[in-house]
Amino acid sequence: MQHEPSTRLETTETTETTEPVTLPTQRAAGCPFDPPAGLTELRRASPLTRMTYPDGHVGWLATGYSTVRSIMGDTRFSSRYELMHYPFPGGPEGPLPPAPVGDMTGMDAPEHTRFRRLLMGKFTVRRMRQLSDRVAEITAEHLDAMERRGPGTDLVKAFAQPIPALMICELLGVPYADRERFQDHTHTLMAMDVTPEDRYAAMVGLQGYMAELVAAKRAAPCDDLLGDLAQDSDLTDEELIGVAGFLLAAGLDTTANMIAHGTFALLGNPAQAEALRTDPDLAPQAVEELMRYLTIAHTSVKSALEDVELEGRLIKAGESVTISMEAANRDPERFPDPDVLDLHRKATGHLGFGHGIHQCLGQQLARVEMTVALPALLRRFPTLRLDVPAEEVPLRTDMNIYGVHRLPVTWDEN
Amino acid sequence: MDVHVDRDRCLGAGMCALTAPQVFDQDEDEGLVVLLDARPPQERHAAVRVAAGVCPAVAITLTERGSSPAS
Repeated sequence: MQHEPSTRLETTETTETTEPVTLPTQRAAGCPFDPPAGLTELRRASPLTRMTYPDGHVGWLATGYSTVRSIMGDTRFSSRYELMHYPFPGGPEGPLPPAPVGDMTGMDAPEHTRFRRLLMGKFTVRRMRQLSDRVAEITAEHLDAMERRGPGTDLVKAFAQPIPALMICELLGVPYADRERFQDHTHTLMAMDVTPEDRYAAMVGLQGYMAELVAAKRAAPCDDLLGDLAQDSDLTDEELIGVAGFLLAAGLDTTANMIAHGTFALLGNPAQAEALRTDPDLAPQAVEELMRYLTIAHTSVKSALEDVELEGRLIKAGESVTISMEAANRDPERFPDPDVLDLHRKATGHLGFGHGIHQCLGQQLARVEMTVALPALLRRFPTLRLDVPAEEVPLRTDMNIYGVHRLPVTWDEN
Repeated sequence: MDVHVDRDRCLGAGMCALTAPQVFDQDEDEGLVVLLDARPPQERHAAVRVAAGVCPAVAITLTERGSSPAS
């Protein structure tokens, strides 16, 4: 993009005279699928804004598509937690402790590269597609169970959570029967307003569970992802335990919320639901559009390692930049009529899986799960509908992964 | 169009193999990009441009050869 130098200076001066903003987190009542309205207003004014963090740090907030994308792809911005100022109110004050061993989201290259290279061959498009029969089997089993129990259920518990949970457990080699031992911990790790002590305790709890599992994988070779890593990688026990916990946590909550929140969005757009129900070829691009429209992994933070000039502004070394993927994915300069859910749209290039070196490692697994599960649900229950008024569906406004806490649905019996 | 891939930059996200499967694949062991066709035919150019654009690691570069009879 070309900017006249004079325009740049003017823009800078005009914006610098305004007070830094705080991160908008309030979603408008009755708009469960839209980003907080404040984010949209800020993006309209400027793709990059001065922002005051709850700990007093004055950094930046990026909301425009091309700005967010370029920051995510720029290695002059670090993802290390200890350099980051936390953007949400009620969180820990001041810089965070460094990422626990194995937590890839809080690492930079070359440490990040080492872990990513060990794992990426295990999440290829082809490998994940080979799992689609198993995903279809698990999906059918859960739909059968819903049908047997009769109309009325919480779709999160009955369908959206168990499918990705079973799949990630099978892929990693984690016994699904152990889920009570790790689900509370992963839930705490995903919450936005937990104290550092609670977060630490949850991490220790999850690692304690993983330590037992890793010891078993070291002792007896087995044919699953953790078994492979235990036998064939140079990871220490601590690293293997850490990365195992990270993969499990990353695979549980994310896709579950896309399935539940995606269903909620489809039930609110019956014509779109009908299109997905009747056209089997629509599923892959429908999934991309739902990823864009819902952007459940909504916010990320980077910190500048050196001075970076962007949008005519100077981001100084040490300043944190909060990047709003949900605002970026609704940028009309990139996606026309961005607030419309249109499953026929070509949403490729959305930032729902992120961008740059941290782009979601498990995205091809998530695609397979959503592509199989969502149309199967709509076809099995053509009369599927909410069992409560839409405004009573409890939203995950308190979580790093947005979505619904519960989705009460019902249907007509055949 | 000439297609180049940089396996050192590749992160194995798989966006290229998803977007233009006739031109890109991932190897079985490491998940790194494999270039199947360095000079794809005209009808695949659009998909290849999308693949290059969405690669999160900027590991795909294209050289357009406007005057070449092959393109």
